Amino acid sequence: MTNPVLASYVVPVHPHPLLVPEQNEGWQRLRDAFDEARQQISDSGADLIIIYSTTWPSIIGHQIQADPNPTWTLVDQDFHDLGSMDYSFRIDAEFAEAWNKANHARGLQSRTVAYNGFPIDVGSVVALKLLNPDNAIPAVIVSSNVYANRAETTVLAKSCLDVLKSTGKKAVAVTAMSMSNRMFTEFIDAADDKIHSLKDDEWNRKVLEFLEEGRLEDVAQLSRTIHQQIRVQKVVTFKPMWWLSAMNDNRNDLTGRVLAYEALHGAGGAVVHLDPTSNGMGDKEYDEDDVEVYHGERNVLDAEGSENTPEAKHVADNGPALWDPAEGKDAVNTDSAPTPVGLYPHARRVGDLLYLSGVGPRQPGTNAIPGGPIRDANGEPLEYDIKAQTRAVVENIARILEEAGSSMEQVVDVTCVLVDMDRDCAGYSEVWAETLGHYGPTRTTLAIRALPTPIAVEMKVIAKI
Amino acid sequence: MRLMLGRTMAKGSIVAGCLAPHPPHLVYAENPPQNEPTSEGGWEQLRWGYERLRESLSKIDHDVLVILSPHWQTYVGTHFLGLPHFEGLSVDPIFPNLFRYSYNLDIDVELSKAIHDKAADAGLAVKMMENPDFRVDYGTITTGHMVNPAFDKPLVVISSNRSRHYYSVEVMQEMMMELGRVTRDAILESGKKAVVLASNSLSHRHFTTESDVPEDMSKEHITSHAMHLWDMRIIDYMRTGQAQRIIDEMPEFTEQAIAESDGGGLTWLLSTLTVPTYPAILHGYGTIIGTGNAIVEWPCYAHEEV
Repeated sequence: MTNPVLASYVVPVHPHPLLVPEQNEGWQRLRDAFDEARQQISDSGADLIIIYSTTWPSIIGHQIQADPNPTWTLVDQDFHDLGSMDYSFRIDAEFAEAWNKANHARGLQSRTVAYNGFPIDVGSVVALKLLNPDNAIPAVIVSSNVYANRAETTVLAKSCLDVLKSTGKKAVAVTAMSMSNRMFTEFIDAADDKIHSLKDDEWNRKVLEFLEEGRLEDVAQLSRTIHQQIRVQKVVTFKPMWWLSAMNDNRNDLTGRVLAYEALHGAGGAVVHLDPTSNGMGDKEYDEDDVEVYHGERNVLDAEGSENTPEAKHVADNGPALWDPAEGKDAVNTDSAPTPVGLYPHARRVGDLLYLSGVGPRQPGTNAIPGGPIRDANGEPLEYDIKAQTRAVVENIARILEEAGSSMEQVVDVTCVLVDMDRDCAGYSEVWAETLGHYGPTRTTLAIRALPTPIAVEMKVIAKI
Repeated sequence: MRLMLGRTMAKGSIVAGCLAPHPPHLVYAENPPQNEPTSEGGWEQLRWGYERLRESLSKIDHDVLVILSPHWQTYVGTHFLGLPHFEGLSVDPIFPNLFRYSYNLDIDVELSKAIHDKAADAGLAVKMMENPDFRVDYGTITTGHMVNPAFDKPLVVISSNRSRHYYSVEVMQEMMMELGRVTRDAILESGKKAVVLASNSLSHRHFTTESDVPEDMSKEHITSHAMHLWDMRIIDYMRTGQAQRIIDEMPEFTEQAIAESDGGGLTWLLSTLTVPTYPAILHGYGTIIGTGNAIVEWPCYAHEEV
């Protein structure tokens, strides 16, 4: 299925281009760039504008705006003397709720917010008022979680894509963000505005050069470095590029164009258009793993997902004995894969081929089963999530392949076993299509009576090295 | 007995200094009519602490509450609410399920402007906030409510300049020490009796999940032992009159406990009190969604010439 994101934009968060563009030529150029982007979005046929805003921090996972018509007057906390911003937006609440649900399915903590008077952040207000002034296209806004890492932010985008694909909607993705975010800490005359330092300016230009070449995933991979170099250490880091890149399938061959780059009280403000049309030179240079499901430490309160959960304890106490992986010539073993339930290696090399032992969803180190076990300690059936289990299987496979110097692209043949074909084949196939199916290996799916641990799916993989 | 300290004196005074944290959970737990969500209580240790603080302050004659709130975050200088009255609806952007509060409060613009002007003379970047559409931050409202739910005394509201993020804790402390000094000078010259309040938590690492019933106290505890040790260390300094040690250790505390002292409020507060050497009164300590919160009063009236 093709990616439903029709275009992506990077836009600045400060209110100057909205409220007082006439006070500075650069602010006016940013306003003109907003206007050009607005026209492009209007012409794109998009059903939805999705905004990831760095000026909406959150703590309890991510928050998604779900008030169908949030209406208020916003005044910026710093630049209150520039004026007030009345807003009345059209939000696709149904999409917001679906995205929230999809987040949970992929292991994320998130919630929707729909409260009268909820303070929509300045970055979102500026973006929506300038990019969609007549509310012709409904919008969705998501917060930037202060504790989120790359994996969580990436999965946030993938769950958004899940909903876009399931609803058939086409969208424009927008990140409201500064480039360098160091403002002058003193008051300046509008005419004197400039990027705070030469270093900030040079880094901004380098990042924009990457974006103009369509190398979005490279910028995402450089996110931590960029943050260290040109970002004031506020609560929100330079993470929107993780989200935007994942929304674009982590590509490096987009068609990019910088519509404007100017100073906003010293910070770097840019309007960038990223067209999904391939520029034809997209080598993937990045090296960080892709991630499908979040397995982070969100459940601080209950420590769910750890070795302390009843499910994990059940496996440890009642399951088959766990073994150290078999060593031997050409064996491949890793601590990042589930502990074997017999004396065998995780994989074995034969020439330029790699044969993996059957891989299930159990988590390395804890034996927890994402999506839950299929039966309890007494053998009574339990509800479980086949998609979560399948994603965990694929992630375990990816770790073993990486340990062996192979990758998902190198997978040749997969034999899958399901303990309940009727119940689980559709869900398993859906995850397959999102993951291994992308790479085109042959596949055989068999129904079997049981597996050694209370899991529903296991895969046997042959890959090239 | 109500202490009428300083009533006949023209010179103003700081009659009490307070650490008065602002997690909106405390307002939510009280079920006041101004707040829309309702609860089954929770965080009683802290709310009883606020009861004791209110009782203590009720015995001290004062004209104005001066609050520095870490949730009015400004990056370009320090700002002051500069209009005589604000009202509206405050919705917490992080915990909107807990805090949707209709506020109605008065500002002592004269004293605000006096502090502003002295800070400008001292070389600090400052600005009066005079946009009538401005929404007062929920930190100010929560602290204001917990200290004086009737809001029948005017406030001075000072923003939190984020110089710690732009530079360092040391630079933040330099600026906040100076802001505290000019705040004190302006109060003394005003002829008014003021209570100064820093609206911040101590250790500030949150849980990243929320229980189904937010006020379920079986889920509430400090996020880590290290945070607890830091909080107890700082509280011990407060209770034993060693405020200078808090200033000295502020960089380590702020960094290692991810403390909300990064907003400058605690340093500013101690500066307004000329870094007190007398013991503070600990009215309460408790955790809120994993963060450490202490309600502390420095009873200046008993230790300073007012």
